[in-house]
Amino acid sequence: MLSTSPTFKENAHQALADVGLQKAMARTRPQGPAKRSAAVAGLPEFEDLRDIGRDIKNHALAHLDFYLETWEANVLKSGGHVHWCSTADDARDAVLKICQAAGARTVTKGKSMISEELAINDHLEAHGIQPIETDLGEYILQIRNEPPSHIIGPAFHLNREDWEESFRKVHTQLDPNRVFAERADIQAEARMLLREKFLAADVGITGANFLIAETGSSVIVTNEGNGDLTQTIPRVHIVLASIEKCVPTLEDAMSLLRLLARSATGQDFSVYTTFSTGGKRPGDLDGPEEYHVVVIDNGRSAMIGSEFQDMLRCIRCAACMNHCPVYQTVGGHAYGWVYPGPMGAVLTPALIGVDKAGHLPNASTFCGKCESVCPVKIPLPSMMRHWREREFERHLQPKGVRSNLALWAWLVQRPQLYRLTTRIAARALALVGGKKGRFSKMPLASGWTDGRDMPAPEGDTFFARYARQQRSAK
Amino acid sequence: MSKDAILGAIRRGLRRGALPDDQAMALRARLQAHPRHLIPARSRLPRPQQVELFLRNLDKEFATYIRVGSVHDVPEAVGNYVAAQNLPSEFVMAPHPELRAIPWSDRPMLRLHEGRASADDLVSVQHGYVGIAETGTLMLPATPERPTTLNLLCDTEIVVLRASRIVGAYEEAWDILRAEHQDAVTGGFMPRNVMFVTGPSRSADIESTLELGAHGPRRLHVVLIDDDETAL
Repeated sequence: MLSTSPTFKENAHQALADVGLQKAMARTRPQGPAKRSAAVAGLPEFEDLRDIGRDIKNHALAHLDFYLETWEANVLKSGGHVHWCSTADDARDAVLKICQAAGARTVTKGKSMISEELAINDHLEAHGIQPIETDLGEYILQIRNEPPSHIIGPAFHLNREDWEESFRKVHTQLDPNRVFAERADIQAEARMLLREKFLAADVGITGANFLIAETGSSVIVTNEGNGDLTQTIPRVHIVLASIEKCVPTLEDAMSLLRLLARSATGQDFSVYTTFSTGGKRPGDLDGPEEYHVVVIDNGRSAMIGSEFQDMLRCIRCAACMNHCPVYQTVGGHAYGWVYPGPMGAVLTPALIGVDKAGHLPNASTFCGKCESVCPVKIPLPSMMRHWREREFERHLQPKGVRSNLALWAWLVQRPQLYRLTTRIAARALALVGGKKGRFSKMPLASGWTDGRDMPAPEGDTFFARYARQQRSAK
Repeated sequence: MSKDAILGAIRRGLRRGALPDDQAMALRARLQAHPRHLIPARSRLPRPQQVELFLRNLDKEFATYIRVGSVHDVPEAVGNYVAAQNLPSEFVMAPHPELRAIPWSDRPMLRLHEGRASADDLVSVQHGYVGIAETGTLMLPATPERPTTLNLLCDTEIVVLRASRIVGAYEEAWDILRAEHQDAVTGGFMPRNVMFVTGPSRSADIESTLELGAHGPRRLHVVLIDDDETAL
């Protein structure tokens, strides 16, 4: 997928002025936190499970080579095929080859974020194979040729009128005067039309929430049932999975699944949690004849042993973006690549480079909410700070930012001079601020004052006030 | 080769070579023992309350249910349900011995055929393997006697489940499968597909608002046979 992360600042400005987006965000914003906290309140052991979830993923990552080899051996035993791919290019080719060998004309797809990384749809189309997204949210985005804006609710940025307009435009075989009285009517139309696609597809592609080493299984979690139709009806099932999805046992997966839905949608459990292991068995009346897993690195292995290893614990629940004040203001498209929000701000620089995605870890208030709701306790703010450090080390910020930071560093390392300077500045600003006590315009600070007033200091520095309080306390 | 490159990169990151034998042994022992982690207290209940919790959770997840005394009551329960919902009285049934043993001819209006579901089947009757009280979840492993399409293609899925097959937590359901099933290809316990189903299909993709009946069944109905005296 092409990235617009380098223009994050411009993207964010546009997002703030986008009336439709802001309407959609206002509707969605309160829902995530409310649903999660209700689900968490219903499970007193939730906090203990977070520690367990973190430990399971840490254990799996510390022995990832062993568990991947065990997993592969068990896939092969069940008659499945494993395709190891270091890069997105390798993975695209592997998928295309399987589809071509199957003589595929159409391919149905369940929602898969790694497939967005690969831009697999473009690749298949370029080779004359038609991919069809079947998750309701992904389906409308394919029609509108838009990327997802959220990892579990890819079309949360759209409003009902957008759905109606797109459906009327594309579903020309239906009565143009039909009425969409309810949201359910929009959903029913997609259900009816996609049913034919499920039945006709030659290959079904899904992602994977987990790979199970013990059994050689892949796991998907959905509410719609589209993923299950995708992997059950066509003759060939292809699973796309990145290497860090591998966990040792079914028991490990169940503990993580207790965290996943509650953190994601506030459900106790998703409607369909399905474990797939190989293809159709002798006597089976349904299921795919071939089962392939394309297991993809695409930058993950380089994170192991680095200060970003903990990011590989992520189970893609989206709690961090549901609780992020920045994401909830600018939406997912502003982030410019597959993964938005706090998890994207950490993962994207690792996968496409900090030179392209350096703005993302800077787009944080460090409020810490993301870490506090993360089901596997990923220290997201600390890792964003690591990226800021790397960005500075690699001289990636503009000259002005760097020289100001250098000046600041010089000043704070000289405490007496620093206190003198801040005392003078505070007094001067208090004088200039006058009775109003705030500035509506300030040189060098238009980024702040364009949107709101800057409060003026009251004539004193923090140090002076602190010293005074300490004295009076004695 | 990509496999070697990926495993090599992982090992470089972990600052070691392939795992030493003693450590690999320890990990194999962990796989063999597949230890449970914390099991939430919510499902650690006496049998009657465990069944109650299962039914309460079905209700929470928009599924419906009826409790019947024995297999002899199933045809009437199914017949009444399809009539009340204005559904056709023809259904596709899983070719499972327990479902075949139900005296369907007691309700002559019901017509059934066995097999996998096709696009034209509106109602399916599926065999419930295990019910999980913790979240009102049905465990439905795919076998020749329990086709997966019955869980997916029909507008309405009716699952016949025995109360003696209700457990508290997911881990207990896996234990039953581990003990009872042998796969034809691997010799292990894992069948091709195991679905955990919790309520009917739904989506909140349109304006983050929940609507039932996305791509899977719009209705999920459980007929629970009270075959467990300790659960009454």
